[in-house]
Amino acid sequence: MANNTKKQIFSMNKVNRENGKIFRIAGPVVIAQNLQARMYDVVRVGNEKLMGEVIQIEGEKVTIQVYEDTSGIKPGEPVTNTGLPLSVELGPGLLTSIYDGIQRPLQVLQKEMGDFIKRGVDAPGLDHKKKWEFKPLIKVGQQVKHGDIIGEVEETPTINHRVLVPADVSGKVKEIKAGKYTVDETVCIVDSGQDNLHKIQLMQRWPVRIPRKSRKKLSPSIPLITGQRVFDVFFPLAKGGVAAIPGPFGAGKTVSQQQLAKWSDADIVVYIGCGERGNEMTEVLTEFPHMIDPKTGKSLMNRTVLIANTSNMPVAAREASVYTGITIAEYYRDMGYNVALMADSTSRWAEAMREISSRLEEMPGEEGYPAYLSTKLAQFYERAGRVIPLGTDETGSISIIGAVSPPGGDFSEPVTQNTLRVTKCFWALDAKLAQRRHFPSINWLTSYSLYPETLAPWFTEHIAPDWTDSVRTCMIILQEEEKLLEIVQLVGSDSLPEKQQLTLEVARMIRELILQQNAYNEVDTYCEPKKSYMLIKIVLKYSELANKALERGFKVAEILKLKAKDGIAEAKFNKDHKKMLNDIKKEMEKEFSNLKR
Amino acid sequence: MKEYKTITQIAGPLVFVEKTDPIGYGELVQLKLPDGTIKNGQVLDTSDNLVVVQVFEGTSGIDRESRVKFLGETIKLGVSKEMLGRILNGAGKPIDGGPEIIPEKRIDINGAAINPYSRASPADFIQTGVSTIDATNTLVRGQKLPIFSGSGLPHNEIALQIARQAKVVGQDVNFVVIFAAMGITNEEAQYFMRDFEQTGALERSVVFLNLADDPAVERLVTPRMALTTAEYLAFEKDMHVLVILTDMTNYCESLREIGAAREEIPGRRGYPGYMYTDLAMIYERAGMIKGKKGSITQIPILTMIGDDITHPIPDLTGYITEGQIVLNRELHRKGIYPPIDVLPSLSRLMNLGIGKGKTREDHKNTSDQLYAGYAEGRDLRGLVAIVGEEALSERDKRFLKFAAEFENKFVRQKRDEDRSITETLTLGWKLFTIFPKNELTRISGELKEKYYKEEKMKI
Repeated sequence: MANNTKKQIFSMNKVNRENGKIFRIAGPVVIAQNLQARMYDVVRVGNEKLMGEVIQIEGEKVTIQVYEDTSGIKPGEPVTNTGLPLSVELGPGLLTSIYDGIQRPLQVLQKEMGDFIKRGVDAPGLDHKKKWEFKPLIKVGQQVKHGDIIGEVEETPTINHRVLVPADVSGKVKEIKAGKYTVDETVCIVDSGQDNLHKIQLMQRWPVRIPRKSRKKLSPSIPLITGQRVFDVFFPLAKGGVAAIPGPFGAGKTVSQQQLAKWSDADIVVYIGCGERGNEMTEVLTEFPHMIDPKTGKSLMNRTVLIANTSNMPVAAREASVYTGITIAEYYRDMGYNVALMADSTSRWAEAMREISSRLEEMPGEEGYPAYLSTKLAQFYERAGRVIPLGTDETGSISIIGAVSPPGGDFSEPVTQNTLRVTKCFWALDAKLAQRRHFPSINWLTSYSLYPETLAPWFTEHIAPDWTDSVRTCMIILQEEEKLLEIVQLVGSDSLPEKQQLTLEVARMIRELILQQNAYNEVDTYCEPKKSYMLIKIVLKYSELANKALERGFKVAEILKLKAKDGIAEAKFNKDHKKMLNDIKKEMEKEFSNLKR
Repeated sequence: MKEYKTITQIAGPLVFVEKTDPIGYGELVQLKLPDGTIKNGQVLDTSDNLVVVQVFEGTSGIDRESRVKFLGETIKLGVSKEMLGRILNGAGKPIDGGPEIIPEKRIDINGAAINPYSRASPADFIQTGVSTIDATNTLVRGQKLPIFSGSGLPHNEIALQIARQAKVVGQDVNFVVIFAAMGITNEEAQYFMRDFEQTGALERSVVFLNLADDPAVERLVTPRMALTTAEYLAFEKDMHVLVILTDMTNYCESLREIGAAREEIPGRRGYPGYMYTDLAMIYERAGMIKGKKGSITQIPILTMIGDDITHPIPDLTGYITEGQIVLNRELHRKGIYPPIDVLPSLSRLMNLGIGKGKTREDHKNTSDQLYAGYAEGRDLRGLVAIVGEEALSERDKRFLKFAAEFENKFVRQKRDEDRSITETLTLGWKLFTIFPKNELTRISGELKEKYYKEEKMKI
C-alpha cells in the first residue's frame, strides 16, 4: 500500500483544533473564518454542532458542506474541526443495518429523535455495546500485516465476518484470544518491534473518499448470475463488472434494481437508495427480511446493508452516501467476498454535486453540472473490480449496478453519457416497453454488454457448450423481427412471405417466454441459467421444426394451429419446469411429424 | 428587536441589507415601508456583512428608507383543529371574514424528512369512484399520485370528484381535504369554493388560496403551509388527510423566477438545479408512520407545458411521485370525461393495495387485461388509418371494438358518478365478453372460469 495514503489517513489524528467562526450561510454551504482545516476534514458547525465537511479553502475562508438543515444558524457561531476525514465504522454489525448517507443507523435516529429526522444528533454506525463471539484463525508468534485475516465472527447466520488487520499495523502477534468482545475491546495485540504494541479491535475506521487497496486486480471472467433472464442470457454482467441502468421514470428502474438486489448470486449486497422515494425504501425494508435467499435458505437481509438517503433528506449527505456504500462494499471484498452494489440513482448523486457546486459559484460545465462530473463518476466506478485482497488468496469482487435517471428519458444528457464511458454493460430501460407491460422493460436492441466474450468459457463449461451460439441465434431473430415489424406497420402481417411470418411468431415467443419475466410470480421471479437455457432450446427447437414443416410445404396458418407450444408459458411458471418442458418437446415433435396434407 | 435602515440593493423579489448583527439563515423578516405598509420576507443568504432577503409580497414600493426587522425565527405556522372549514390566503392568514385562528402549536413550515425506518408501507385501497383510477391506477392511502394535465383539460373537475368521493371501503372515516391553490385564477378559485360549499365539503377542508395576482414568492410558501397543516392533522390528530396541490407548474415558475433574481446558474430550461430537491421536500411529505393512525395522501396537479411530459416539471415530478395520472387531449376532444389516458398512467403502489381481501381477487388480472387489450386496440387504430378496417383480421377487429367500448363505457363516466370497485371490475368483465375466452391471455384460468362465465350468462 502506498505510504502516502497511509500518511494521509493516519497523520490526521493530531491537528490543531482551534475554533473558527461562521462567516456566511447559504443553504447547505457554510463559509467559516479562522478555521484550521484540511480538505475533507469533518467539522462541527454552529451551536448545535451540525456535521459538515470541508470542501474548499480560500485564504482565511473555509467552505463547508453541511449534512443537515442549516435554518436558524447565524454568522459568528463557532465551528470546530474534528481533525478527521469523513469515515465509516467497519466491523461486525454492518449487515442487516439501515443507514442514512453518513452511516447513522436510522433505527437509532428514530429512537433518539422520533419519526422525523431532526438535526444535531450523532449516532455511531455500529452497535458499541453488543458482544460478538470472536474465533482466532492465527496463533501467537505469527507475522501479520495490513489486510491479513486474524479471526472471524459470525455476523449473521449466513456470513462469517473476517477480522482484518488495520492499515497502520504489522508485526508479530503477541496475544490473541477467543471470547466475547464488543467492537471496541482488544482482541489481538501485535508487536511491531521497538516496544511498539498495536491493539486490534473488531472495528476499524476508513475514510470514505479513499479507495481501500488490494493486491492485484483480476480480469472479470465469472458472471454475476442475477436470475433475470434478459440480463443473464443476453447482457450478462461479470463479477467485478459495472453496469448502468438508465431509464425514464415509470420504466421499472427501481423494480429492476430491487430484483437484482434480491436475486443476484453475490455474497453481500449493498443497496444505496440515493435521493429516491421514502415509500420505496420502506418497501425494501419491509420486503427484504421476508425474502429467502435461494442459496442459503435464510433471510436475504442477512447479507444486505441498506443505505437510505431519500430525496428530501439533506443533499450533502446524499453526495456522501455513495462513498459510504462503496467503502463498506470494499471492506467485505477485502474479506474475500463477492459484493454487489446497487446505486439508485446515480443521477441524484450527480445532482447533489451540481447543487453544491452551484452554491460554491463554480464555473459550470454541461447543463450546469460541475466540470469534474466525469472524473468523479469514473473514480466511483473504478472502485469496482475483481481482486486478490491484501490478506487472503480468495478473490473478492465488487460489481456496481448504477441506475441513471435521465431527464425526459433523454440518454444524451451528461450523467448518462459520462456513465456510459466507464461502464461495460448498458441495460437500457424503455418506457414504451413498460407501457406495453413488457417487464423487465429492457430494450434488447439498444442494450449491450461487453462481457459475453470473456464470460463465454464459463457458460460453455457450466451451462452448455452451445450456450453462446444459441443466444446469438435468438438475438438474430429479434433483430430480424425489428426490421419486419416496420414493414408490417405499412402493409399488415398477412402480406409478408410465409417464412417471415414464422420468424415473427418465433420472435414473439422469444419476447414473451424468455425476455419477459414476472417479478411478482413466485417461481418466475428467479430463473437460473440452466432453466433459461432450456427455454431457449425449446423455442429454437420449435423454430427448427416449424421451418422444416414450411419447407415440406405446409402453410404457416397450419403450423400456428399446433397447440403443444402453448404449454411453454405454463411450464415457465411451474416449479417442475424440467419435466414439463421435456414433455412439451416430445409433444411438439409428435405434432409436427403428424402434420398431414 | 432592532430595526435596520441599511438596504443597499433591491432586485426583483430580493432585498440586500448591510451592517446587521448576526442573522440566522432562513429567519423571517418584516419590512416596514415609509407609508406604513408591512411586508414579509425570509433570509436566503446571510453573512457578516450582507444579508439577502426574499420578500413574499413582491418588492414594489420598497425603497432604501424602508425599515427591516429580523424576527429571530424561521417561518412558522400556527396550527389548530379549528382550521377546518376555514379559507386562508397563501401565507396562512384567514380571508373568509372569520376570526383569527388561535394556534394550538406553532410549527416550522419546512417540516422534516420522515425517517424511512419509521414509515409504514401504504396498503389501504382508496376508492375514488373513478374507474380508470380504481381499476388500473389504484390510489392507496399515503401515496402521492399527481395528475399530469394540460391547459384547458378538466383536471380541476377530476380533483374535485376525487376529493368528494374518496373513501376507504369498509371504514366510515371521511378524508379531510387540504386544498392549496398556487397561482390559479380567481375564476378557478371561485369554482372550487362553490363546489366545496355546495357539497358541504368545506367543513372538513382547509383551503389555502394564492391567486394568480398574488405575489409569486408567496407561492413557495403556500404548499409548505398546507403540508404543515396536513402533518399536524394526520400525525397529531389522527386524521386521514387528502392534500390537493394545484397548480405545481405555477410553483415551479416562481422557483425559477427567484432563482433568476438571485443570479443562480440555471439548469435545464432555466429552472434551478435544486428543483428536484425542492420538489422532493414537498412531495415526500406524504405517507404513513408506524404506530400513528393518520395518513397523508397527496394529489398534486400540474399542467404540462405544451403537453410535453418530458418538460422538467412533469419529468422531475414523475421521478419523485409514486406514479402519475395522465390526461389526454384527444379523449377530451372526443367529449370523454374524465379524459384519463390509462396507457402512460401508472400507480407504483397499486400492487400493495389490491387483491383478495382488499379489493377483489381478480383485480390485478383484470387490470392487466384491460390495459393490454386497450393498448393493442390503440395500436391497431394506426394501422386502420393506413390499410382500412376491412384489411384487418377478425381478431384485430375485436381489439378495435374493445378499445372503442373501453373509452365509451369504461373511461367515460358522469361527473357525479361514484362507481364502487365491484361495479368497475364487473364493467371490465362485461367488456371482456367481446373476446373469446382464449384471447384473454392475462387472466388465469380459474378466474376466467368464475367471472367470464357469469358475464356471458347475462347476455
